[in-house]
Amino acid sequence: MTLAAPSYDDVLARYAPVIGLETHVELGTASKMFCGCPTEFGAEPNTQVCPVCLGLPGALPVANAAAIEATIRIGLALHCSIASWCRFARKNYFYPDMPKNFQISQYDEPLCTDGWVDVLLSGDTYRIEIERVHLEEDTGKSLHVGGATGRIHGATHSLVDYNRAGIPLVEIVTKPVTGTGARAPEVARAYVTELRDILRALGVSDVRMEQGSLRCDVNTSLSPLDSPVWGTRTETKNVNSLRSVERAVRSEILRQSTVLDGGGRITQETRHFHENTGQSTPGRSKEEATDYRYFPEPDLVPLAPAEEWIGQLRGTLPELPSARRARLQEAWGMSAPEMAAANAGALDLIEATVAAGAPPEDARKWWLGELSRRANEAGEELAALAVTPTQVAELVRLVASGAINDKLARQALDGVLAGEGDPGAVVEARGLAVVSDSGALTVAVDAAIAAAPEVAEKIRAGKVAAAGALVGAVMKATRGQADAQRVRDLILERLT
Amino acid sequence: MPSISREEVAYLAKLARLAVTDEELDTFAGQLDIIIGAVARVGEVAADDIPPTSHAVPVVNVLRPDVIRPSLDRDEVLALAPAAEGGRFRVPRILDEPE
Repeated sequence: MTLAAPSYDDVLARYAPVIGLETHVELGTASKMFCGCPTEFGAEPNTQVCPVCLGLPGALPVANAAAIEATIRIGLALHCSIASWCRFARKNYFYPDMPKNFQISQYDEPLCTDGWVDVLLSGDTYRIEIERVHLEEDTGKSLHVGGATGRIHGATHSLVDYNRAGIPLVEIVTKPVTGTGARAPEVARAYVTELRDILRALGVSDVRMEQGSLRCDVNTSLSPLDSPVWGTRTETKNVNSLRSVERAVRSEILRQSTVLDGGGRITQETRHFHENTGQSTPGRSKEEATDYRYFPEPDLVPLAPAEEWIGQLRGTLPELPSARRARLQEAWGMSAPEMAAANAGALDLIEATVAAGAPPEDARKWWLGELSRRANEAGEELAALAVTPTQVAELVRLVASGAINDKLARQALDGVLAGEGDPGAVVEARGLAVVSDSGALTVAVDAAIAAAPEVAEKIRAGKVAAAGALVGAVMKATRGQADAQRVRDLILERLT
Repeated sequence: MPSISREEVAYLAKLARLAVTDEELDTFAGQLDIIIGAVARVGEVAADDIPPTSHAVPVVNVLRPDVIRPSLDRDEVLALAPAAEGGRFRVPRILDEPE
């Protein structure tokens, strides 16, 4: 007999999860970290390489000032201390994703340390402590040939593109996050979302997970609720969407609980997440720990950011997403859950719509309701919809003036999205204006009364509520274009 | 008394992907021992107030502006490689062991 797998809630009633996140962010600099090669995504393979990023003999790296500044700004935004003196380090390993058999990184002297970021989860705040923020260079991309579905296992050889090798890469590492209980998966996702919004506000990266400019490794461990020590952790790599951050933590909690319930032990290992199944499989075991033989990079001199420079960079920090959310929440008079539904992209759009004259409540309702629904259907970001905040404000105005109702407004939106012009023009061209002209409505009302004499009789007898059926008939006859309140008034005028 | 063992030399050789024979392990262990002994003498004169030195010149913050410079011609680059395919460097199988 096989036992049914325990439910997630049952597992969390017995075990406490501890999570940790390592996030890699490709900076959006024009040139690479240590050379002048361009960083543009999607170029032909090996067309953005030079002696430095190919590790040719005698080539010497020089650090990109913009990348250093971006990293310090990230550290400041995450409330970190900025090192007054630190060095780059060589991380030595043999793997063809780096042509020089080492990666320039930072080891025991990261540029930024000991910060924090607060994440909001439906009204509750979780403080995520940041261990370190350091700067390194990205690796090349490998294509594995001859094995099953491009996997490295069973491949006969691999093909390498070094365009990505040397692009500045920032690694942001959290301290272990405890005390989140069953919400660990949601907290992990909310943290990466908040981080993405902060990085976007800073303008240091395009933070596109699907293109790999934001990548996440998730550490998870479980221990019995009453245990004073944490369990053995695993590291799940290849987590390439916000949704998958949550899925990866959840599936790993369930997997580990099954092992522990069965009396087994968790192996400290790297696991690979699979987007299609939502499950992970073991990668290289950490039993034989890799020895990277770090040492200070001799080809680069130390970094010693002066207080003055750091102060200048602090002055360039934009309003951060959490502060902005708090400010807009107050200005718009909204509840925390209402605000929580809006990510930074949606806030931009709502704010611009309000600036174009729409009341905040209407702007929020359009962007988080109808427009979010359409973006989801199209599989697009909200900002990618072919409608501008100004056009949404115009729709709101047309509804408020009584020229169109909500239903007609959605039809007008169809026209705007189809490229037929601004809402006013679409309303005119499609003849969507609400019919409130008494003459035309009277004809429709009389027809409705004539078609349902028994309903008319009820109303005459004082059952005013029965008017709803006649209003519905008139709305149907006018294809939704009548002003419903006006129709109701007309019906009652004639029958009472 | 040797401060570096034969096993440590074998481990270093493995990390550096060097094939070293048993005989060479003995030779290198002896030679490395002399080198380590010589370097260790620096420790004898280093006082507590002298920090470890990684760079010979007291220069910091050598940076370049974020400006794009021309990359190399791909055909020339790939011509330097032992093998290339489809505009990419072709490298031997990465993992030895079957899954």
